[in-house]
Amino acid sequence: MNTYEIIVVGGGPAGLAAAIEAHKSGARNILVLERDRELGGILMQCIHNGFGLHIFKEELTGPEYAERFIRELESLGIEYRLDTMVLEVRDDRTVDIISAKHGFETLQAKAVVLAMGCRERTRGAINIPGTRPAGVYSAGAAQRFVNMEGFMVGKRVVVLGSGDIGLIMARRMTLEGAKVLAVAEILPYSGGLTRNIVQCLDDYDIPLYLSHTVTNIEGRDRVEGVTIAKVDENRQPIPGTEIHYECDTLLLSVGLIPENELSKSAGIQLDRVTGGPIVNESMETSVPGIFACGNVVQVHDLVDWVTEESRKAGHNAARYALGKLSELAADLATKAGQGIRYVVPHTIRVANLEKEVDLMMRVTDPFKNKYLVVRHDGAIVKKAKKAHLTPGEMESIKIPVEKLKGLTGELTVCLEEVAHEA
Amino acid sequence: MKRELICIVCPMGCHCSIEEDAGAPKGYKVTGITCKRGEDYAVKEITEPTRMLTSTVRIDGARLHRLPVRTSGPIPKERIYECMDLINHLQVQSPVAMGQVLLKDLFGTGVNLIASRSL
Repeated sequence: MNTYEIIVVGGGPAGLAAAIEAHKSGARNILVLERDRELGGILMQCIHNGFGLHIFKEELTGPEYAERFIRELESLGIEYRLDTMVLEVRDDRTVDIISAKHGFETLQAKAVVLAMGCRERTRGAINIPGTRPAGVYSAGAAQRFVNMEGFMVGKRVVVLGSGDIGLIMARRMTLEGAKVLAVAEILPYSGGLTRNIVQCLDDYDIPLYLSHTVTNIEGRDRVEGVTIAKVDENRQPIPGTEIHYECDTLLLSVGLIPENELSKSAGIQLDRVTGGPIVNESMETSVPGIFACGNVVQVHDLVDWVTEESRKAGHNAARYALGKLSELAADLATKAGQGIRYVVPHTIRVANLEKEVDLMMRVTDPFKNKYLVVRHDGAIVKKAKKAHLTPGEMESIKIPVEKLKGLTGELTVCLEEVAHEA
Repeated sequence: MKRELICIVCPMGCHCSIEEDAGAPKGYKVTGITCKRGEDYAVKEITEPTRMLTSTVRIDGARLHRLPVRTSGPIPKERIYECMDLINHLQVQSPVAMGQVLLKDLFGTGVNLIASRSL
Protein backbone atom coordinates (compact mmCIF):
# COMPACT_ATOMS: atom_id res chain seq x y z
CA MET A 1 0.00 0.00 0.00
CA ASN A 2 1.28 3.49 -0.89
CA THR A 3 1.72 5.64 2.20
CA TYR A 4 1.78 9.41 2.52
CA GLU A 5 2.30 11.82 5.36
CA ILE A 6 -0.70 13.85 4.25
CA ILE A 7 -3.48 13.16 1.75
CA VAL A 8 -5.64 16.13 0.73
CA VAL A 9 -9.04 15.31 -0.77
CA GLY A 10 -9.91 18.05 -3.29
CA GLY A 11 -7.70 20.38 -5.36
CA GLY A 12 -9.77 23.57 -5.12
CA PRO A 13 -8.77 26.66 -3.14
CA ALA A 14 -9.07 24.81 0.20
CA GLY A 15 -7.04 21.77 -0.82
CA LEU A 16 -4.34 23.85 -2.52
CA ALA A 17 -3.84 26.12 0.51
CA ALA A 18 -3.87 23.18 2.95
CA ALA A 19 -1.27 21.20 0.95
CA ILE A 20 1.04 24.21 0.54
CA GLU A 21 0.82 25.13 4.21
CA ALA A 22 1.40 21.51 5.31
CA HIS A 23 4.59 21.54 3.24
CA LYS A 24 5.69 24.86 4.77
CA SER A 25 5.06 23.37 8.22
CA GLY A 26 7.49 20.54 7.60
CA ALA A 27 5.39 17.72 6.08
CA ARG A 28 6.95 16.31 2.92
CA ASN A 29 5.20 13.31 1.44
CA ILE A 30 1.94 15.08 0.47
CA LEU A 31 -0.64 14.01 -2.14
CA VAL A 32 -3.56 16.10 -3.46
CA LEU A 33 -6.44 14.15 -5.06
CA GLU A 34 -8.68 15.96 -7.58
CA ARG A 35 -11.60 14.45 -9.50
CA ASP A 36 -11.66 17.15 -12.20
CA ARG A 37 -9.28 17.41 -15.17
CA GLU A 38 -7.40 20.32 -13.61
CA LEU A 39 -6.67 21.91 -10.22
CA GLY A 40 -8.41 25.08 -9.07
CA GLY A 41 -11.92 23.85 -8.35
CA ILE A 42 -14.85 26.21 -8.74
CA LEU A 43 -12.51 29.23 -9.06
CA MET A 44 -11.81 28.25 -12.66
CA GLN A 45 -15.36 29.17 -13.72
CA CYS A 46 -15.58 32.29 -11.53
CA ILE A 47 -14.09 34.61 -14.13
CA HIS A 48 -15.31 37.81 -12.43
CA ASN A 49 -13.00 39.93 -10.31
CA GLY A 50 -13.09 40.52 -6.57
CA PHE A 51 -10.96 37.64 -5.29
CA GLY A 52 -7.82 38.06 -3.20
CA LEU A 53 -8.34 41.51 -1.64
CA HIS A 54 -7.33 40.17 1.78
CA ILE A 55 -4.72 37.55 0.85
CA PHE A 56 -2.96 39.37 -2.02
CA LYS A 57 -4.14 42.95 -1.41
CA GLU A 58 -5.25 43.15 -5.03
CA GLU A 59 -8.36 42.30 -6.96
CA LEU A 60 -8.05 39.11 -9.01
CA THR A 61 -10.39 36.90 -11.01
CA GLY A 62 -11.03 33.33 -9.84
CA PRO A 63 -8.65 31.67 -12.34
CA GLU A 64 -5.88 34.14 -11.45
CA TYR A 65 -6.33 33.47 -7.73
CA ALA A 66 -6.18 29.70 -8.36
CA GLU A 67 -3.19 29.90 -10.70
CA ARG A 68 -1.05 31.62 -8.05
CA PHE A 69 -1.66 28.69 -5.69
CA ILE A 70 -1.24 26.05 -8.41
CA ARG A 71 2.14 27.56 -9.34
CA GLU A 72 3.25 27.55 -5.71
CA LEU A 73 2.11 23.94 -5.25
CA GLU A 74 4.07 22.89 -8.33
CA SER A 75 7.15 24.89 -7.37
CA LEU A 76 7.20 23.08 -4.01
CA GLY A 77 7.06 19.76 -5.85
CA ILE A 78 3.86 18.64 -4.14
CA GLU A 79 2.38 15.56 -5.85
CA TYR A 80 -1.18 15.71 -7.19
CA ARG A 81 -3.42 13.42 -9.20
CA LEU A 82 -6.16 14.60 -11.55
CA ASP A 83 -9.20 12.67 -12.84
CA THR A 84 -9.06 10.71 -9.61
CA MET A 85 -12.14 10.01 -7.53
CA VAL A 86 -11.97 9.31 -3.82
CA LEU A 87 -14.46 6.53 -3.05
CA GLU A 88 -14.02 6.21 0.68
CA VAL A 89 -12.06 7.63 3.59
CA ARG A 90 -11.88 5.46 6.71
CA ASP A 91 -11.19 6.37 10.33
CA ASP A 92 -7.83 4.56 10.15
CA ARG A 93 -6.86 7.16 7.48
CA THR A 94 -6.86 4.72 4.60
CA VAL A 95 -8.28 6.19 1.41
CA ASP A 96 -9.81 4.27 -1.52
CA ILE A 97 -9.38 5.98 -4.88
CA ILE A 98 -10.17 5.13 -8.49
CA SER A 99 -8.96 6.54 -11.81
CA ALA A 100 -8.90 5.46 -15.46
CA LYS A 101 -5.10 5.58 -15.37
CA HIS A 102 -4.35 3.55 -12.25
CA GLY A 103 -7.59 1.71 -11.52
CA PHE A 104 -8.52 1.03 -7.90
CA GLU A 105 -5.99 1.75 -5.15
CA THR A 106 -5.96 2.02 -1.38
CA LEU A 107 -3.61 4.61 0.12
CA GLN A 108 -2.57 5.16 3.74
CA ALA A 109 -1.98 8.60 5.26
CA LYS A 110 -0.75 9.80 8.65
CA ALA A 111 -3.18 12.70 8.33
CA VAL A 112 -6.02 13.40 5.91
CA VAL A 113 -7.37 16.85 4.98
CA LEU A 114 -10.94 16.91 3.65
CA ALA A 115 -11.42 19.78 1.17
CA MET A 116 -14.30 18.62 -1.02
CA GLY A 117 -16.14 21.95 -1.07
CA CYS A 118 -19.88 22.22 -1.53
CA ARG A 119 -22.56 21.71 -4.14
CA GLU A 120 -25.57 23.72 -5.22
CA ARG A 121 -29.11 23.16 -4.04
CA THR A 122 -31.32 22.08 -6.90
CA ARG A 123 -34.91 22.57 -7.98
CA GLY A 124 -35.80 19.28 -6.29
CA ALA A 125 -34.47 20.53 -2.96
CA ILE A 126 -36.84 23.52 -2.90
CA ASN A 127 -39.89 21.91 -4.55
CA ILE A 128 -40.81 24.43 -7.26
CA PRO A 129 -44.18 23.50 -8.83
CA GLY A 130 -44.73 23.17 -12.57
CA THR A 131 -43.59 21.06 -15.48
CA ARG A 132 -40.07 19.70 -15.82
CA PRO A 133 -38.72 21.13 -19.08
CA ALA A 134 -35.10 21.76 -20.13
CA GLY A 135 -33.83 25.24 -19.30
CA VAL A 136 -33.81 25.07 -15.50
CA TYR A 137 -30.18 25.35 -14.38
CA SER A 138 -28.40 25.90 -11.12
CA ALA A 139 -26.49 29.18 -11.49
CA GLY A 140 -23.13 27.44 -11.10
CA ALA A 141 -23.91 24.90 -13.82
CA ALA A 142 -24.87 27.74 -16.18
CA GLN A 143 -21.66 29.54 -15.17
CA ARG A 144 -19.58 26.52 -16.15
CA PHE A 145 -21.39 26.17 -19.51
CA VAL A 146 -20.96 29.85 -20.39
CA ASN A 147 -17.49 30.57 -18.98
CA MET A 148 -15.63 27.32 -19.64
CA GLU A 149 -17.44 25.16 -22.18
CA GLY A 150 -18.59 28.02 -24.38
CA PHE A 151 -22.33 27.28 -24.51
CA MET A 152 -24.94 29.98 -24.01
CA VAL A 153 -27.74 28.54 -21.86
CA GLY A 154 -30.65 30.82 -22.83
CA LYS A 155 -31.93 34.11 -24.24
CA ARG A 156 -34.63 35.27 -21.83
CA VAL A 157 -33.80 34.54 -18.24
CA VAL A 158 -35.37 34.69 -14.78
CA VAL A 159 -33.10 34.20 -11.76
CA LEU A 160 -34.35 32.81 -8.45
CA GLY A 161 -32.15 33.70 -5.49
CA SER A 162 -30.09 36.83 -4.95
CA GLY A 163 -26.95 35.29 -3.51
CA ASP A 164 -23.72 36.41 -5.13
CA ILE A 165 -23.67 33.63 -7.75
CA GLY A 166 -27.18 34.58 -8.91
CA LEU A 167 -26.25 38.25 -9.16
CA ILE A 168 -22.96 37.56 -10.95
CA MET A 169 -24.74 35.30 -13.45
CA ALA A 170 -27.47 37.91 -14.07
CA ARG A 171 -24.74 40.32 -15.24
CA ARG A 172 -22.83 37.65 -17.13
CA MET A 173 -25.89 36.52 -19.11
CA THR A 174 -26.71 40.17 -19.91
CA LEU A 175 -23.19 40.87 -21.20
CA GLU A 176 -23.43 37.78 -23.39
CA GLY A 177 -26.60 39.08 -25.01
CA ALA A 178 -29.41 37.51 -22.98
CA LYS A 179 -32.27 39.51 -21.49
CA VAL A 180 -32.47 38.98 -17.73
CA LEU A 181 -36.06 39.81 -16.85
CA ALA A 182 -35.97 39.63 -13.06
CA VAL A 183 -34.19 38.34 -9.99
CA ALA A 184 -36.58 37.01 -7.33
CA GLU A 185 -35.52 36.60 -3.69
CA ILE A 186 -37.75 34.89 -1.13
CA LEU A 187 -36.19 36.75 1.82
CA PRO A 188 -36.90 40.43 2.52
CA TYR A 189 -33.19 41.17 1.99
CA SER A 190 -30.54 40.01 -0.45
CA GLY A 191 -27.88 37.56 0.62
CA GLY A 192 -25.49 39.11 -1.90
CA LEU A 193 -22.95 41.88 -1.39
CA THR A 194 -24.21 45.45 -1.92
CA ARG A 195 -21.49 45.90 -4.48
CA ASN A 196 -22.95 43.05 -6.53
CA ILE A 197 -26.48 44.46 -6.29
CA VAL A 198 -25.19 47.77 -7.66
CA GLN A 199 -22.74 46.48 -10.28
CA CYS A 200 -24.63 43.40 -11.48
CA LEU A 201 -28.28 44.48 -11.28
CA ASP A 202 -28.58 48.29 -11.07
CA ASP A 203 -25.95 48.85 -13.79
CA TYR A 204 -28.02 46.76 -16.21
CA ASP A 205 -31.50 47.82 -15.02
CA ILE A 206 -32.35 44.29 -13.85
CA PRO A 207 -35.21 44.42 -11.32
CA LEU A 208 -34.78 42.69 -7.94
CA TYR A 209 -38.01 41.47 -6.33
CA LEU A 210 -37.49 40.88 -2.60
CA SER A 211 -39.98 38.64 -0.74
CA HIS A 212 -40.83 36.93 -4.05
CA THR A 213 -40.45 33.36 -5.21
CA VAL A 214 -41.16 31.23 -8.28
CA THR A 215 -44.62 29.65 -8.06
CA ASN A 216 -44.80 27.96 -11.45
CA ILE A 217 -42.65 26.77 -14.33
CA GLU A 218 -44.34 26.23 -17.73
CA GLY A 219 -43.21 24.46 -20.89
CA ARG A 220 -43.18 20.91 -22.16
CA ASP A 221 -39.75 20.41 -23.73
CA ARG A 222 -38.18 23.78 -22.96
CA VAL A 223 -39.09 26.42 -20.38
CA GLU A 224 -41.73 28.72 -21.90
CA GLY A 225 -42.66 30.81 -18.90
CA VAL A 226 -42.10 31.38 -15.22
CA THR A 227 -44.47 32.89 -12.66
CA ILE A 228 -43.23 34.66 -9.55
CA ALA A 229 -45.36 35.90 -6.64
CA LYS A 230 -44.87 37.92 -3.47
CA VAL A 231 -44.68 35.89 -0.26
CA ASP A 232 -46.01 36.71 3.21
CA GLU A 233 -43.97 36.59 6.42
CA ASN A 234 -44.37 32.79 6.47
CA ARG A 235 -42.94 32.64 2.95
CA GLN A 236 -46.32 31.60 1.52
CA PRO A 237 -47.27 33.05 -1.90
CA ILE A 238 -49.90 35.81 -1.75
CA PRO A 239 -52.68 35.24 -4.35
CA GLY A 240 -53.11 38.12 -6.79
CA THR A 241 -49.45 39.21 -6.67
CA GLU A 242 -48.29 36.94 -9.52
CA ILE A 243 -46.05 38.28 -12.28
CA HIS A 244 -45.69 36.13 -15.39
CA TYR A 245 -42.58 36.14 -17.60
CA GLU A 246 -42.22 34.59 -21.02
CA CYS A 247 -38.74 33.14 -20.88
CA ASP A 248 -36.66 30.11 -21.88
CA THR A 249 -34.40 29.83 -18.84
CA LEU A 250 -34.62 29.79 -15.06
CA LEU A 251 -31.39 30.03 -13.08
CA LEU A 252 -31.41 28.87 -9.47
CA SER A 253 -29.08 30.42 -6.92
CA VAL A 254 -30.74 29.02 -3.83
CA GLY A 255 -27.94 27.96 -1.56
CA LEU A 256 -24.92 25.73 -1.21
CA ILE A 257 -24.56 22.52 0.78
CA PRO A 258 -21.21 21.17 2.05
CA GLU A 259 -20.40 17.91 0.28
CA ASN A 260 -19.86 15.43 3.10
CA GLU A 261 -20.55 11.92 1.80
CA LEU A 262 -16.90 10.98 2.40
CA SER A 263 -16.95 12.50 5.89
CA LYS A 264 -20.00 10.39 6.76
CA SER A 265 -18.35 7.20 5.51
CA ALA A 266 -15.41 7.93 7.83
CA GLY A 267 -17.81 8.23 10.77
CA ILE A 268 -17.16 11.96 11.24
CA GLN A 269 -19.70 13.88 13.30
CA LEU A 270 -21.48 16.64 11.37
CA ASP A 271 -23.01 19.91 12.60
CA ARG A 272 -26.68 20.05 11.61
CA VAL A 273 -26.58 23.84 11.13
CA THR A 274 -23.46 24.17 8.96
CA GLY A 275 -23.88 20.78 7.27
CA GLY A 276 -20.13 20.30 7.76
CA PRO A 277 -17.92 18.38 10.20
CA ILE A 278 -17.64 19.38 13.82
CA VAL A 279 -14.07 20.66 14.17
CA ASN A 280 -11.71 21.72 16.93
CA GLU A 281 -9.26 24.63 17.12
CA SER A 282 -6.91 22.82 14.72
CA MET A 283 -9.67 22.16 12.13
CA GLU A 284 -9.50 18.48 13.11
CA THR A 285 -12.77 16.54 12.88
CA SER A 286 -14.18 14.11 15.48
CA VAL A 287 -11.93 11.42 13.94
CA PRO A 288 -8.31 11.95 15.09
CA GLY A 289 -5.96 12.76 12.22
CA ILE A 290 -8.72 13.74 9.78
CA PHE A 291 -8.89 17.50 9.24
CA ALA A 292 -11.36 19.55 7.19
CA CYS A 293 -11.38 23.06 5.71
CA GLY A 294 -13.12 25.38 3.29
CA ASN A 295 -16.70 25.02 2.07
CA VAL A 296 -16.92 21.41 3.22
CA VAL A 297 -16.90 22.78 6.80
CA GLN A 298 -18.98 25.91 6.34
CA VAL A 299 -20.03 27.76 3.20
CA HIS A 300 -17.83 30.85 2.94
CA ASP A 301 -18.62 34.06 1.09
CA LEU A 302 -14.99 35.01 0.37
CA VAL A 303 -12.31 32.67 -0.97
CA ASP A 304 -9.75 34.61 1.07
CA TRP A 305 -11.27 33.17 4.25
CA VAL A 306 -11.26 29.70 2.71
CA THR A 307 -7.53 30.11 2.16
CA GLU A 308 -6.96 31.32 5.71
CA GLU A 309 -8.97 28.47 7.25
CA SER A 310 -7.28 25.89 5.01
CA ARG A 311 -3.79 27.11 5.87
CA LYS A 312 -4.72 26.45 9.48
CA ALA A 313 -5.94 22.92 8.62
CA GLY A 314 -2.82 22.16 6.55
CA HIS A 315 -0.50 23.51 9.24
CA ASN A 316 -2.15 21.41 11.93
CA ALA A 317 -2.34 18.28 9.76
CA ALA A 318 1.45 18.61 9.42
CA ARG A 319 1.80 19.04 13.21
CA TYR A 320 -0.33 15.90 13.69
CA ALA A 321 1.67 13.88 11.16
CA LEU A 322 4.89 14.99 12.88
CA GLY A 323 3.51 14.11 16.34
CA LYS A 324 3.36 17.72 17.54
CA LEU A 325 -0.38 18.03 18.18
CA SER A 326 -1.76 17.25 21.61
CA GLU A 327 -4.62 14.74 21.62
CA LEU A 328 -6.00 15.74 25.00
CA ALA A 329 -9.74 16.20 25.49
CA ALA A 330 -11.20 19.60 24.61
CA ASP A 331 -11.16 22.29 27.32
CA LEU A 332 -13.88 24.44 25.80
CA ALA A 333 -16.96 24.07 23.62
CA THR A 334 -18.27 27.06 21.66
CA LYS A 335 -21.97 27.87 21.65
CA ALA A 336 -24.06 30.11 19.40
CA GLY A 337 -26.06 32.48 21.61
CA GLN A 338 -28.57 35.26 20.85
CA GLY A 339 -28.40 36.40 17.21
CA ILE A 340 -25.74 33.87 16.18
CA ARG A 341 -26.57 30.93 13.91
CA TYR A 342 -23.40 28.88 14.37
CA VAL A 343 -19.80 29.09 15.54
CA VAL A 344 -16.75 27.32 14.04
CA PRO A 345 -14.63 25.78 15.57
CA HIS A 346 -16.90 23.79 17.87
CA THR A 347 -14.32 22.81 20.50
CA ILE A 348 -10.99 24.22 21.71
CA ARG A 349 -7.96 22.46 23.20
CA VAL A 350 -6.15 25.47 24.59
CA ALA A 351 -2.78 23.65 24.69
CA ASN A 352 -2.77 23.42 20.88
CA LEU A 353 -3.26 27.15 20.29
CA GLU A 354 -0.08 28.83 19.11
CA LYS A 355 -1.19 32.44 19.40
CA GLU A 356 -4.96 32.81 19.23
CA VAL A 357 -8.19 31.15 18.21
CA ASP A 358 -10.22 32.64 15.38
CA LEU A 359 -13.95 32.07 15.96
CA MET A 360 -15.96 32.26 12.73
CA MET A 361 -19.72 32.67 12.71
CA ARG A 362 -22.82 33.87 10.93
CA VAL A 363 -25.63 35.99 12.37
CA THR A 364 -29.29 34.94 12.18
CA ASP A 365 -30.66 38.19 10.69
CA PRO A 366 -29.42 41.60 9.54
CA PHE A 367 -28.49 43.85 12.50
CA LYS A 368 -27.06 47.33 13.00
CA ASN A 369 -24.86 48.61 15.86
CA LYS A 370 -24.40 45.57 18.08
CA TYR A 371 -21.65 44.18 20.21
CA LEU A 372 -20.33 40.80 19.20
CA VAL A 373 -19.54 39.34 22.62
CA VAL A 374 -17.75 36.17 23.72
CA ARG A 375 -18.65 35.17 27.28
CA HIS A 376 -17.41 32.48 29.65
CA ASP A 377 -19.50 31.88 32.78
CA GLY A 378 -21.11 35.27 32.23
CA ALA A 379 -17.79 37.12 32.09
CA ILE A 380 -16.76 38.92 28.93
CA VAL A 381 -13.73 37.29 27.27
CA LYS A 382 -13.77 39.50 24.18
CA LYS A 383 -16.10 41.96 22.57
CA ALA A 384 -16.15 43.93 19.34
CA LYS A 385 -18.52 46.62 18.11
CA LYS A 386 -20.13 45.92 14.75
CA ALA A 387 -21.87 48.70 12.84
CA HIS A 388 -23.39 46.34 10.33
CA LEU A 389 -24.10 42.60 10.45
CA THR A 390 -25.80 40.45 7.82
CA PRO A 391 -26.25 36.67 7.42
CA GLY A 392 -24.56 36.91 4.02
CA GLU A 393 -21.26 38.03 5.52
CA MET A 394 -19.25 35.79 7.81
CA GLU A 395 -18.02 37.41 11.02
CA SER A 396 -14.96 36.46 13.00
CA ILE A 397 -13.41 37.35 16.31
CA LYS A 398 -9.88 36.49 17.43
CA ILE A 399 -9.18 35.56 21.04
CA PRO A 400 -5.55 35.51 22.20
CA VAL A 401 -4.48 32.30 23.91
CA GLU A 402 -3.68 34.11 27.20
CA LYS A 403 -7.36 34.94 27.67
CA LEU A 404 -8.34 31.26 27.41
CA LYS A 405 -5.71 29.62 29.63
CA GLY A 406 -7.30 27.77 32.54
CA LEU A 407 -10.87 28.10 31.20
CA THR A 408 -13.11 25.04 30.80
CA GLY A 409 -16.75 24.58 29.88
CA GLU A 410 -18.69 26.74 27.43
CA LEU A 411 -17.68 29.78 25.43
CA THR A 412 -20.81 31.57 24.24
CA VAL A 413 -20.86 34.03 21.34
CA CYS A 414 -23.84 36.38 21.19
CA LEU A 415 -25.01 39.78 20.00
CA GLU A 416 -25.75 42.38 22.64
CA GLU A 417 -27.22 45.88 22.60
CA VAL A 418 -24.67 48.66 22.61
CA ALA A 419 -26.82 50.53 25.16
CA HIS A 420 -26.39 47.69 27.67
CA GLU A 421 -22.73 48.45 28.08
CA ALA A 422 -21.91 49.08 31.72
CA MET B 1 -29.84 67.49 -10.73
CA LYS B 2 -30.08 65.25 -7.69
CA ARG B 3 -29.21 61.55 -7.88
CA GLU B 4 -29.65 58.69 -5.43
CA LEU B 5 -26.77 56.25 -4.99
CA ILE B 6 -25.92 53.24 -2.86
CA CYS B 7 -22.31 53.37 -1.72
CA ILE B 8 -20.33 50.18 -2.34
CA VAL B 9 -17.07 51.11 -0.60
CA CYS B 10 -17.84 49.07 2.52
CA PRO B 11 -20.58 46.68 3.74
CA MET B 12 -22.57 49.52 5.36
CA GLY B 13 -24.20 50.24 1.97
CA CYS B 14 -25.08 53.88 2.75
CA HIS B 15 -27.93 55.30 0.71
CA CYS B 16 -26.91 58.78 -0.29
CA SER B 17 -27.95 61.58 -2.57
CA ILE B 18 -25.62 63.78 -4.53
CA GLU B 19 -26.20 67.09 -6.27
CA GLU B 20 -24.16 69.85 -7.87
CA ASP B 21 -23.01 72.52 -5.48
CA ALA B 22 -20.64 75.15 -6.80
CA GLY B 23 -19.66 76.04 -3.24
CA ALA B 24 -18.42 72.53 -2.31
CA PRO B 25 -14.70 71.67 -2.79
CA LYS B 26 -15.39 69.11 -5.49
CA GLY B 27 -18.41 70.83 -6.95
CA TYR B 28 -20.88 68.34 -5.46
CA LYS B 29 -22.77 68.03 -2.22
CA VAL B 30 -23.19 64.49 -0.89
CA THR B 31 -25.69 63.72 1.87
CA GLY B 32 -26.40 60.48 3.73
CA ILE B 33 -22.87 59.14 3.57
CA THR B 34 -20.78 58.62 6.69
CA CYS B 35 -17.16 58.64 5.48
CA LYS B 36 -14.69 60.40 3.21
CA ARG B 37 -14.09 57.33 1.04
CA GLY B 38 -17.82 57.06 0.40
CA GLU B 39 -17.98 60.73 -0.56
CA ASP B 40 -15.13 60.25 -3.06
CA TYR B 41 -16.91 57.20 -4.49
CA ALA B 42 -20.15 59.13 -4.94
CA VAL B 43 -18.44 62.01 -6.76
CA LYS B 44 -16.52 59.65 -9.03
CA GLU B 45 -19.64 57.56 -9.69
CA ILE B 46 -21.50 60.64 -10.90
CA THR B 47 -18.67 62.34 -12.82
CA GLU B 48 -16.76 59.47 -14.41
CA PRO B 49 -18.12 56.01 -13.46
CA THR B 50 -15.76 53.14 -14.31
CA ARG B 51 -15.96 49.34 -14.12
CA MET B 52 -13.68 46.36 -14.43
CA LEU B 53 -14.89 44.11 -17.25
CA THR B 54 -14.42 40.34 -17.26
CA SER B 55 -15.52 37.94 -19.98
CA THR B 56 -14.19 35.12 -22.17
CA VAL B 57 -12.81 34.90 -25.71
CA ARG B 58 -12.67 32.01 -28.13
CA ILE B 59 -9.44 30.00 -27.90
CA ASP B 60 -8.30 27.36 -30.39
CA GLY B 61 -5.90 24.51 -29.74
CA ALA B 62 -6.64 24.29 -26.00
CA ARG B 63 -8.54 21.69 -24.00
CA LEU B 64 -11.23 24.33 -23.26
CA HIS B 65 -13.05 26.49 -25.81
CA ARG B 66 -13.08 29.69 -23.78
CA LEU B 67 -10.23 31.73 -22.34
CA PRO B 68 -11.20 34.01 -19.43
CA VAL B 69 -10.09 37.63 -19.93
CA ARG B 70 -10.28 40.90 -18.01
CA THR B 71 -9.46 44.54 -18.41
CA SER B 72 -6.15 45.38 -16.70
CA GLY B 73 -7.92 48.26 -14.93
CA PRO B 74 -11.31 49.96 -14.82
CA ILE B 75 -12.76 51.31 -18.06
CA PRO B 76 -15.47 53.97 -18.52
CA LYS B 77 -18.85 52.42 -17.76
CA GLU B 78 -20.39 53.64 -21.01
CA ARG B 79 -17.75 51.70 -23.00
CA ILE B 80 -18.70 48.28 -21.58
CA TYR B 81 -20.84 47.14 -24.52
CA GLU B 82 -18.31 48.46 -27.05
CA CYS B 83 -15.63 46.51 -25.23
CA MET B 84 -17.82 43.37 -25.23
CA ASP B 85 -18.10 43.77 -28.99
CA LEU B 86 -14.29 43.75 -29.32
CA ILE B 87 -14.10 40.72 -27.03
CA ASN B 88 -16.75 38.86 -29.02
CA HIS B 89 -14.75 39.26 -32.24
CA LEU B 90 -11.45 38.23 -30.71
CA GLN B 91 -10.04 34.78 -31.30
CA VAL B 92 -6.75 33.54 -29.86
CA GLN B 93 -4.50 30.53 -30.33
CA SER B 94 -3.23 28.38 -27.46
CA PRO B 95 -0.82 28.61 -25.64
CA VAL B 96 -1.65 31.82 -23.80
CA ALA B 97 -0.04 32.85 -20.50
CA MET B 98 -1.85 34.46 -17.58
CA GLY B 99 -1.46 38.23 -17.85
CA GLN B 100 -0.68 38.15 -21.58
CA VAL B 101 -1.94 41.28 -23.36
CA LEU B 102 -4.58 40.41 -25.96
CA LEU B 103 -5.75 43.92 -26.90
CA LYS B 104 -3.71 47.05 -26.22
CA ASP B 105 -4.88 50.45 -25.01
CA LEU B 106 -8.67 50.02 -25.13
CA PHE B 107 -10.34 53.24 -26.35
CA GLY B 108 -7.19 55.23 -25.62
CA THR B 109 -7.58 54.64 -21.88
CA GLY B 110 -4.20 52.92 -21.49
CA VAL B 111 -6.10 49.88 -20.17
CA ASN B 112 -5.33 46.53 -21.85
CA LEU B 113 -7.35 43.37 -22.25
CA ILE B 114 -5.40 40.53 -20.62
CA ALA B 115 -5.75 36.75 -20.26
CA SER B 116 -6.79 35.79 -16.73
CA ARG B 117 -5.38 32.26 -16.88
CA SER B 118 -2.78 30.22 -18.73
CA LEU B 119 -4.29 27.86 -21.27
